[in-house]
Amino acid sequence: MANQKKLGSQTIMFENPPVLTAWATIVGPKEGEGPWGSDFDWVMEDYEFGEESWEKAETKLLRETIKLAVSKKNYSPQDIELLVSGDLLNQITSSSFAARELQIPFLGMYGACSTMAESLLTAAMAIDGGYFERTVAAVSSHYYTAERQFRFPAEQGTQRSISSQWTVTGAGAVVLEKGIYGGPRLTCATIGKIIDMGQKDANNMGSAMAPAAADTIKTHLNDTDRSPDYYDLIVTGDLGKVGSALVKQLFIKNGVVPEPNYSDCGVLIFNDNQDTHAGGSGCGCCAAMLCGPLLKKMVQGKIARLLLVATGALMSPTTSFQGESIPGIAHAVALENL
Amino acid sequence: MNTSADQLKKIEAQEYDDLVNQTKPKPTVLKNCIWAFVIGGLICTLGQIILNFFMGQGLSKLDAGSATSVVMIFLAALFTGLGWYDVLGKHAGAGSIVPITGFANAIVASAMEYKREGYIFGVGARIFSVAGPTLVFGFAIAVVIGLIKVVFS
Repeated sequence: MANQKKLGSQTIMFENPPVLTAWATIVGPKEGEGPWGSDFDWVMEDYEFGEESWEKAETKLLRETIKLAVSKKNYSPQDIELLVSGDLLNQITSSSFAARELQIPFLGMYGACSTMAESLLTAAMAIDGGYFERTVAAVSSHYYTAERQFRFPAEQGTQRSISSQWTVTGAGAVVLEKGIYGGPRLTCATIGKIIDMGQKDANNMGSAMAPAAADTIKTHLNDTDRSPDYYDLIVTGDLGKVGSALVKQLFIKNGVVPEPNYSDCGVLIFNDNQDTHAGGSGCGCCAAMLCGPLLKKMVQGKIARLLLVATGALMSPTTSFQGESIPGIAHAVALENL
Repeated sequence: MNTSADQLKKIEAQEYDDLVNQTKPKPTVLKNCIWAFVIGGLICTLGQIILNFFMGQGLSKLDAGSATSVVMIFLAALFTGLGWYDVLGKHAGAGSIVPITGFANAIVASAMEYKREGYIFGVGARIFSVAGPTLVFGFAIAVVIGLIKVVFS
């Protein structure tokens, strides 16, 4: 069957793969001090970003990142037909408040830290379905808005768990267009299932998400009949040091070993001496890495085929307090220089 | 059929949990204990110095104790406001949480955090969001101990 749009059980194959024509990322000060500081478009000087609350700062962060991405192609926000965006806050307010000012038709997404891949594949489906020609996928996260929602007040003198991860302050936005332009293309995507292995520790989300990442990668490779070395890099979203060590064990168990082409954005984004414990997390983690160094390397030709597997831990403080385990999810998007 | 599938899932979850426990880094218990002992000890020593000072000024032991608590709480609140107490707490752990200064920190940190939601629904409603359990169970235990005293004396 020619032009089969769905492969296997969970993978969608784009008939005319949408092109990533522009992208932008703005990150927080700590991320700017990390190993990729010069690859981001803009580094915030402080966490307030000129606003009076952290929530407002995150809204501005997302809004300005979208504007920056759009302006790189000399478009104005009105030229964008659809904005698909999400963040970590209750009722995804950063996204809807950013969309309020941008006045772009808006679909809100929540996939916790997997939202970047979820937004990308949704925005790409909207184009390949023939409904739109120009869409934007964007996400944001902010260390302090996430801390106060999921954990403790900022000035509280607590000791963070050794397996806990540091929520990345950062936003990423990608402009997707119908495939008549040059650039990296989103060729296929695998929509993940929720995998819950009974992990309950909200201070160790890497462990909760690793089985989902392993399952999505295995399913993606099965569905597309590809071997791991088809990709120059398979990168998970924010498993961190603990989660990525676990996922490597699960790869061996599943019989698919993408090493040495495997890495994790949560491990990459910070230096070891930045005291994040197990690495970075949050929607902004893989978004900043994608819209910063990774897409740059694709344009330079250093990476020709990239599989981004964004991972999310879909719990809330309420469910954690009620003793529920953490449902993990992972979505994969394949970006290729065709 | 269903029960055996459940059983299998349970075994799988247990296997994974074992793997997680093998993989995740061990907490640095000894280091944490030493830090907590040293910093907690220093805070208590500071309290003792202040107590001795007040007693030297002629206050009774009870009054001097109250005055010392006031000073310690003030200092903890000040350091929280200046953004220093969380840095201390990061290393000291229980050493800076257990003394009265830790209690002050929990309250002031919450007050600072929720000020943006206004004085009623922010500061007022959520100031005890962290310290609340200590109060509730502190009061509850006080009532129980009080009852025991009444019954047995």
